Amino acid sequence: MVEFTLPRNSQVKKGRHFPASENVKNKKVLQIYRWNPEDGENPRLDTFEIDLDNCGPMVLDALIKIKNEIDSTLTFRRSCREGICGSCSMNIDGTNTLACLKPLNEVTDIGKIYPLPHMEVVKDLIPDLTLAYAQYASIKPWLQSETIPEENAERLQSEEARAELDGLWECILCFCCSTSCPSYWWNGDKYLGPATLLQAYRWIVDSRDDATGERLDNLEDPFRLYRCHTIMNCAKTCPKGLNPGKAIGEIKKKMVERRS
Amino acid sequence: MTTPFAAKDVFGRVKGLGPSHEGTKHWWLQRITAIALIPLVIWFIISIISVAGLERELAIAWFGHPFSALALVLVTCVGIFHALLGIQVVIEDYIHLDWLRLTSLILVRFIGYFLMGISAISAIVMVFIRFMGTN
Repeated sequence: MVEFTLPRNSQVKKGRHFPASENVKNKKVLQIYRWNPEDGENPRLDTFEIDLDNCGPMVLDALIKIKNEIDSTLTFRRSCREGICGSCSMNIDGTNTLACLKPLNEVTDIGKIYPLPHMEVVKDLIPDLTLAYAQYASIKPWLQSETIPEENAERLQSEEARAELDGLWECILCFCCSTSCPSYWWNGDKYLGPATLLQAYRWIVDSRDDATGERLDNLEDPFRLYRCHTIMNCAKTCPKGLNPGKAIGEIKKKMVERRS
Repeated sequence: MTTPFAAKDVFGRVKGLGPSHEGTKHWWLQRITAIALIPLVIWFIISIISVAGLERELAIAWFGHPFSALALVLVTCVGIFHALLGIQVVIEDYIHLDWLRLTSLILVRFIGYFLMGISAISAIVMVFIRFMGTN
């Protein structure tokens, strides 16, 4: 059955407290989930007080500041720091988002930072995305065409055909949506999840791709596709403002279209 | 999911037994029956409210009318069918033990179709007896 409570060794305990020095006027309190697979301890919630006058504007800036100046063992993924690589996705104040796009002044007074929900944790804020990446690979996210373009020529698209990809190509695969989806929490081993399905639709709707039928065949399954119950957490949480739920709806429409 | 996935066998896990090429019909029927239930349920509620205050004889006459009987059969059958589709989704969502999921699905369908059969047949018999009585 679905697990609604955490097993005893996953229950989050009170962690350490790192107060700011007394002459810090403008501070922000962040509580951060910590778990180390090597120490055999339960996860804990460490409290850090940040001097905002000596910190960049975003949550990621604060995390980097903590790692540089307070606790170098804090572990998280980050790369581009401008919302394009999708590495620093995490749960901030109860919502999945990118730490690099989340301003510190939009975080509550005692901001809580957890890894993406309902995923295995590798360490601290790093979730295990191995399965999610394999699911993404399973939809063959590349152009499949029956033709070879002329030498030194591009595959041309009309402006209208290109516009079909808007709202899809912007996805950076941060998996904020998939890990916010209750269906993905309960059946993430079989349900592909909003991120992968949005990507699947990105290739289904591409005018240059000739594998539309095979792509639909591969998705037509009660679990792979139809676990989506339009809960719409995906669209609500997407840090890029995309709507995976709508893309999934479009896939379902194509499924009906080809049988009627 | 209690153990971390090893990268080497994760692709096989994702492929699993392959897509079953099902689900579209279920999804489509759930929507069609939902739309059908809008007028049916409105009719049903209005009817029950208006029949509630009637004399016993008048209420029986109302239920015996072919249109009412037919609409009643429809609202029960479509309603139960729609509920079965919905309960199937709930079971598939939340029950992860294979044998328990399969047993639940079979059991729920038996109960559902049994109820549908009983309601449909009894309504038809009711109309039939009513007609026999008047002619």
